Amino acid sequence: MIKVRDVYFTYPNGIEALRGISLTIHDGEFIAIMGQNGAGKTTLVKHFNGLLKPTRGEVVVDGVSTREVSVAKLARKVGFVFQNPDHQLFCETVEDEVAFALRNFGFAESAIKRRVTWALNLLGVAQYRQTSPFMLSGGERKRVALASVLAWNPKVVILDEPTIGQDHQQKEKLRHFIVQLNAQKKTVIVVTHDVEFVAECNPRVVLMTGGKIVADGGAEEILTNPKLVAQASIVPPQITQIFLGLSDLGLPTNVIDVHEARKILLDLMEVAS
Amino acid sequence: MSVFEGFRFRRVSSVIHRLDPRVKFFYVCVLFVMAVMFSELLPLILLFFVPLPFVLVAGVQREWLRSLRGALFLAVIIFLSNFLFTYFYKQYPRAPSASLLEYSFAMTLRFIVLVGSFSIFFLTTSPDHLGLALEQSHVPYEFCFAFTTAVRFVPVLAEEAQTIMDAQKARGLELERGNFIKRVRNYIPILIPLIVGAIRRSLELAEAMESRAWGASEKRTNLYVLKLRRADYSLALGSVLMLIFAICVRLFLPVPSLTMLVHA
Amino acid sequence: MDEKFANEMAGETLAVIETRNLTYTYPGATKPSIEDVSITIERGEFVILTGPSGCGKTTLCRCFNGLIPHFYGGKLEGDVVVADLKVVEHSIYELARHVGLVFQNPENQLFALSVEKDVAFGLENLAVPRDEMRKRVDWALQITGIEELSERSPHELSGGQQQRVAIACVLAMQPDVMVLDEPTSFLDPAGAQKIFEVINELNKNLGITIILVEHRLDLASKYANHVIVMDEGKVVLDGEPRRVFDSERARLIGVGVPKATRLYQILRESGVHLGKVPVTSEEASILLREALKHD
Repeated sequence: MIKVRDVYFTYPNGIEALRGISLTIHDGEFIAIMGQNGAGKTTLVKHFNGLLKPTRGEVVVDGVSTREVSVAKLARKVGFVFQNPDHQLFCETVEDEVAFALRNFGFAESAIKRRVTWALNLLGVAQYRQTSPFMLSGGERKRVALASVLAWNPKVVILDEPTIGQDHQQKEKLRHFIVQLNAQKKTVIVVTHDVEFVAECNPRVVLMTGGKIVADGGAEEILTNPKLVAQASIVPPQITQIFLGLSDLGLPTNVIDVHEARKILLDLMEVAS
Repeated sequence: MSVFEGFRFRRVSSVIHRLDPRVKFFYVCVLFVMAVMFSELLPLILLFFVPLPFVLVAGVQREWLRSLRGALFLAVIIFLSNFLFTYFYKQYPRAPSASLLEYSFAMTLRFIVLVGSFSIFFLTTSPDHLGLALEQSHVPYEFCFAFTTAVRFVPVLAEEAQTIMDAQKARGLELERGNFIKRVRNYIPILIPLIVGAIRRSLELAEAMESRAWGASEKRTNLYVLKLRRADYSLALGSVLMLIFAICVRLFLPVPSLTMLVHA
Repeated sequence: MDEKFANEMAGETLAVIETRNLTYTYPGATKPSIEDVSITIERGEFVILTGPSGCGKTTLCRCFNGLIPHFYGGKLEGDVVVADLKVVEHSIYELARHVGLVFQNPENQLFALSVEKDVAFGLENLAVPRDEMRKRVDWALQITGIEELSERSPHELSGGQQQRVAIACVLAMQPDVMVLDEPTSFLDPAGAQKIFEVINELNKNLGITIILVEHRLDLASKYANHVIVMDEGKVVLDGEPRRVFDSERARLIGVGVPKATRLYQILRESGVHLGKVPVTSEEASILLREALKHD
């Protein structure tokens, strides 16, 4: 469980990125932290594995304050997949890359081999085991980076802007994958500004703007609230926009899913005819 | 991160900042030549104070003193090496003389004067101003471009290095632990992504440059032009006069040493 | 159609880009990245080029301004003609006067220490006289709405501002065509929206032909009048946006058609026909309003 207690954070250059954040994330939750660029999303999640320590306030992970533990110890529980895989990849083979963190955490060699195989199979990159990560395509590198984090089986997985530059199919695959992770009782935290992606996943949404949390609740209630959405400078999902445009006809306005939209419209048309 | 603060363009602007870099460079060279001309302590003390008004007008006192403080370590080495070598070579086993001490101080002060004069040049000249001066001085454009582009990307690379460190720390890499060899090896996961990233970046830059007609003309034109103004001419004239004065003193006046003055 | 034929007969063609059986293989690659691509892009069009990752869109873009084959080498077969110039026969800097290319990463396109020096870069390369250069730089900054940023350093700017600077840099050279390769990848939706609006203005007010490579069709499709879909190096769909987005092929390839279009499609499967294919939420709202009224 991650508890954020009234956290303030100011960067060394004087920019105050977090202004009084309080939040509780329970085990096994699937949560999307949303907001425009500069709202403080990435700054916030960097507090969960201790990369950043609050200027004021406290972050407690599983009962231990992040100020009292090293990043390496916290990383054992909280896996962080960075936006750009090229910021991590440096080994000669994909195998070494995935094993890197396992070696840092002191796993036995036999366990390392097992886990590397498991992680590579999970992400569908087992055929590249002996390939240099630099030879792979962008999408494949992302998967190797993800495999290298999942290999040590962290309780919490943080994905920082995983949908950037991804095409529709890749996003679908990612969505299924996140659902799978969540089904395995992992806590999944996704930082994103991709509203359509979040609409399809329908997780708990924490909406941020200017270093503060302006909303915390279900995707359906938050992404369809025009005032909140305007405050955070994001655009509601297209389906929601369609229904907002028809609100004077008495249609519900909290629709984010295209299939639910169809059902409502068909029911309405059947009622009329 | 604070090391790189100096590369950030400070919008503080003074008369000194607005002087033509070529003239400032000429002035610094004159100081350099004068410092080399004299081995005596008194003129070097004078030379040390010459740039001071410029430092104060430009408002860069704190940074200037910091740069001198940085040179302190080397200054001590210069003092000790001058003193010890000359002593053992010429004066041992007698007691070290006052003039030897003075000489060693003079050599050290010469070094500090050189550092100080170049430091004030870089502190009062913004990188784009400098790049423009290089261009107008007929340095081949490729070098000017390489210079300004490098300066432009220093803060970007610094940030990227920080992100890479975070990404690897999040995989359990501990940079502070271990003996010296282990610590050096721990920087490989930082350096490789940084270097690979720099190579990728330069490829993208090259594409962008080509796409904007790089190499289209033999002679490029320039949006800006450096024009010499009254202040520049004054500084240039002043530097020339200083140099002539120094040459005359060197040739015709015997420069007294501090030791002699004190004993007299 | 007849007008185009008549113009061709008169020796005048409306096509600003034309490729015929274009096939390109990168040096050292075993198979071509793009194969047998034959497309025509007319002057003043707003084209969206889309398709799954790795389909060859980026490669095709680089054929338009000469980076392929002059910068990358490799083997190029077929023809590609831009602004009546055969790309193979003209250097990149010659083509740069007619085609501008804006890349995905805003940071790596800006190399000067101030915005206006960056915008002037292309003009300096072309040895444009200083007075003319000054006018064009100010004009480009004004159109992209970034005049107040003219003396700032690129590193201080947000991603969206940097991309607008990149667009101004290309605009200053007054090209006939502007190609933008996923320019909004690193931007949030608000930033992306601004970029699309700027690009749209360039197209509608200045007549610059736009080729936009994009995945985010929900935000971009309302501006386009021509969509080209690629898959595995080949062009599979080429035509009017509504027709392309509605096609079964698009869905099978995995193109992320706008949700409004998707809703139209699944309603049609349930027997409800809305008449026109919507690509924006506004269009869908209007069509649904009609449909609900009639019931």
